[in-house]
Amino acid sequence: MELKNASAGTFESGDILIRIDPAEKKGLEIELESSVADQFGVQIKKVISETLEGLGICDAKVKAIDKGALDCTIRARVTAAAVRASGKDVWK
Amino acid sequence: MMFIPGNNPGMMQDAYIYGPDSIMLDLEDSVTMAEKDAARLLVYNALKTVDYGNIERVVRINPLSTPYGKKDVEAVVKAGVDVIRMPKTETADEVRELEAEILKVEEEIGCVGRTQIMAAIESALGIVNAYQIASASSRMMGIALGAEDYTANLKTMRSNEGIELQLARETIVVAARAAGISCFDTVFSNLEDMEIFRKEVEFIKTLGFDGKSIINPRQIDVVNEVFTPTEKEIAKAQTIIAAIKEARQRGSGVISVNGKMVDRPVVIRAERIIALAVAAGVIPEEDAL
Repeated sequence: MELKNASAGTFESGDILIRIDPAEKKGLEIELESSVADQFGVQIKKVISETLEGLGICDAKVKAIDKGALDCTIRARVTAAAVRASGKDVWK
Repeated sequence: MMFIPGNNPGMMQDAYIYGPDSIMLDLEDSVTMAEKDAARLLVYNALKTVDYGNIERVVRINPLSTPYGKKDVEAVVKAGVDVIRMPKTETADEVRELEAEILKVEEEIGCVGRTQIMAAIESALGIVNAYQIASASSRMMGIALGAEDYTANLKTMRSNEGIELQLARETIVVAARAAGISCFDTVFSNLEDMEIFRKEVEFIKTLGFDGKSIINPRQIDVVNEVFTPTEKEIAKAQTIIAAIKEARQRGSGVISVNGKMVDRPVVIRAERIIALAVAAGVIPEEDAL
């Protein structure tokens, strides 16, 4: 799937900022910044990769800056960034 | 009913802590056009995931005449929202158009009839058509006043006394009661003046409103205090209901309690006080019987 640069989310508490760029190599390359990375980093990255793969995006570079987002917020922001990056209609 | 911007996940996830009766996640005025898509996804995921318990979940969508309205309907119906709040409603046809959009999505996912509608009336034309709007669909659960747009449309501004809203408020209460649905008053935006806020809540309760829209958790306690019946009111209502039950067993419809005649309207008022007391949690449900 062809991607362009796109982002979604904010730096507000409880949110997460997701930036998606076209892949430089095969697979999902996820860089995470979070004050709770030691406790929840694996889970946050899992939600990001599952959401992208569910949308058919398997190759991308992702930068995530987390401000304590719940899984449902992570899914929403990743989906919004992915839709903006790919033009995919997630409601159909 | 507490308003929460639809693009603010922190407020959405914390809303239940404050215990409002209902939350209204907003996709309309509080969300910029550039963020409509992201807010819709955020609200969808929150509704699918966050357990709000007994709190009613309302979403204010964008008008169907905008590029966002129909997409909002599709998303929130699929997420299982309780009530869709339609902004700037002016005619019964607009309600029926929304009803048709809801039905289309409900048929697609197999849950016909699940979603209710609340219409916000925010213009002179909406007030003129209030009863037609209130009775336009069996999905209508309530109508609400949106005073900021309404006063702009009237070419006036809001005052602490609310004289400019008098006709609109009375019209909305009468239209809602005639249609057999609920009615909700507008927001009060000045968080610094809780005394005037309390007076406004007392006033709209006297007019007959079922509740008040709020923009901050600090306003919840005041609304609950005003709308929760006092111990004296509850005791009087319980006495009336007990007396009328006893009278009915004897085959009589009219009785006297403490020297005052008690007939049907008095009993209806007493029943409403008990229902409010149960809803507010100040008496257990079994005491309402």
